[in-house]
Amino acid sequence: MKLHEFQAKELLSQYGIPIPQGKVASTPDEVVDITNELGGKVVIKAQAHTGGRGKGGGVKIANNADEARQSATEIIGMQLITHQTGPEGLPVHSVLVEEQIEIERELYLSIAIDNASGMPIVIASASGGMDIEEVAENDPAAIQNELVHPECGFQPFQGRTIAFKTGLDGDLLRPATELISNLVTAFEDNDGTIAEINPLVVTKDGQLIAADAKFSTDDNADFRQKELIENRDTSQEDPREVEARDAGIDNYVKLDGNIGCLVNGAGLAMATMDAIKFEGGDPANFLDIGTANSADAVIAALKIISEDPDVEAVLVNIFGGLARTDIIADGVVQAKKIGLLKQPTVIRLAGTNVEEGLQILEDSGLDLIRADGFAEAAQKAVKAVEN
Amino acid sequence: MAVLLNENSRVLIQGFGGAGQREAANSLAFGTKVVCGVTPGRGGQIMNDVPVLNTVREGVEQYEANVSLIFVPAPFAADAIIEAADAGIPTAICITEGIPTLDMIKVKSYLQKSTTKLIGPNCPGVISVAERARAGIMPVDVYTPGNVGVISRSGTLVYESVDQLTRLGIGQSSSVGVGGDPIIGTSQQEALALFEQDTETAAVVLIGEIGGTAEQEAAEYIKEMSKPVVSFIAGATAPPGRRMGHAGAIIAGKAGTATAKQTALRNAGATVVESPSRIGETMLEVLQSEGLT
Repeated sequence: MKLHEFQAKELLSQYGIPIPQGKVASTPDEVVDITNELGGKVVIKAQAHTGGRGKGGGVKIANNADEARQSATEIIGMQLITHQTGPEGLPVHSVLVEEQIEIERELYLSIAIDNASGMPIVIASASGGMDIEEVAENDPAAIQNELVHPECGFQPFQGRTIAFKTGLDGDLLRPATELISNLVTAFEDNDGTIAEINPLVVTKDGQLIAADAKFSTDDNADFRQKELIENRDTSQEDPREVEARDAGIDNYVKLDGNIGCLVNGAGLAMATMDAIKFEGGDPANFLDIGTANSADAVIAALKIISEDPDVEAVLVNIFGGLARTDIIADGVVQAKKIGLLKQPTVIRLAGTNVEEGLQILEDSGLDLIRADGFAEAAQKAVKAVEN
Repeated sequence: MAVLLNENSRVLIQGFGGAGQREAANSLAFGTKVVCGVTPGRGGQIMNDVPVLNTVREGVEQYEANVSLIFVPAPFAADAIIEAADAGIPTAICITEGIPTLDMIKVKSYLQKSTTKLIGPNCPGVISVAERARAGIMPVDVYTPGNVGVISRSGTLVYESVDQLTRLGIGQSSSVGVGGDPIIGTSQQEALALFEQDTETAAVVLIGEIGGTAEQEAAEYIKEMSKPVVSFIAGATAPPGRRMGHAGAIIAGKAGTATAKQTALRNAGATVVESPSRIGETMLEVLQSEGLT
């Protein structure tokens, strides 16, 4: 789950990481009040789950209350379009109003999971405000990485190594090493997948401050992060994905095409999308129904898929392992009987209990397009859309 | 020979609930020695003819279990894996999906000091076909004994590719689902090494997917392999930045894309298949051209 900037900053602040003074607001009046409280000079930042907010017009500087009202009116309610959002953009319902800070230097600091070593990795660079991947490509020597050992934890010397490498020495050494180790603790306590401070700012009066912050958490740890997940903002997600999750389907991703897919297993679901593309079609979604061993779960998934106005044909591709094809077949038949699946529906069943599954389809007498293999299923789905 | 499992494998099942009992029955029917189940607090019971114990250690001591198949729910799965390792089980296979990444980081660190090899988590398990040894959730009907090894991050793509092979008359030695999570016990590269050393295996199917760099690391090893590898990467059409079901299947940066992985594998000498429906046919062509059928 992604946190908004203001949520991420609140979290980091709880771990002693300095953040600019500021408050979140959802109306221009609130923005004006906060601006006055902060002395009149502020930065107004759209709260949306995307990078590149500044370029998209979602971050504005205001030097008095009138300017603040003007900017707030422009930003609150906008659809923020950035290089990460796609053409439809993301809705902005709130803004973070912060004091302006006088910047001496900008740095980059983050922590993420390093799959190769199987450990969290702290990444720092003296070049802040920039895309770290670009820095990694153009100037790898500017980056200092330190792994967080799962048994001994992050060590002070590692913090010092980062601090010296990024020029945070002298009076800044102690606050910098504290800040870095606090970031590691925040990441570990909250099951982070990425925590990023970019830029980490050294102010003109020699203070370190997290000028921007990003924090994402591990969905697998939701069961033990109950307080944190209350920060979820579903307005930043596709409404169909929210509906799917509410129906207990975690693995649904809306895509641009017109062939709805219901598949078991993430790999097969991705490969089904690939096969559709390979045959000249376009998938409308990724959906891994998993082991969903109840007809109701199948019906719930088919509801999401078949009520998507973009969907012109549906492809059900099941290779049963733990998942039983007879239960899936039963779900498909029931869905069709209650008026879902008005689109042409191609169904391919293989694996566990396949004879029973095919018998259920046969006995239903319903108009379902059967396919034997993977390629045939994709071809028939693509053809169904063309017709 | 086959890899990881053979006729001497004695399987213990941790988390002996509905799925565990069902798969125990399936493995027993296939001919595998499923020797006991472990559910804390249920020790002393017998379920579907399988004795239930309270701890893994009892299973090792009383039933000489040497493989643990883990179905324990995600919040408790890390504990289960460490219990298996602590009891000295040589091969632990974890089916459980949804284990928090930071839990797996601790597990992985613990395992470095143990002799236990972990397969998974979030995987379909392992089967050695001719040896009739199955520790997993795969449907057995699609398999036929033979000389092709299968490695995959995805469970259902193991079944899919095995099915394609079988329909073309190509049998399998073993299949290993390495798992779809970002932190896993045995990498694709390590699984390739097992098949490279296996006398029963002549060629390997490697099914990767988007996200991470495990396929690039596997490609480095393929350069040194004597056996041909046919590979498919799932997720060529997935949008970047979105988690595609598997926790590990998210494109972050250029290395995570299907194209980057396909290129690395091709450059290493693997035969890369673009369409998932052509895995079997392509392996047939490779076996024929190398005189391995």
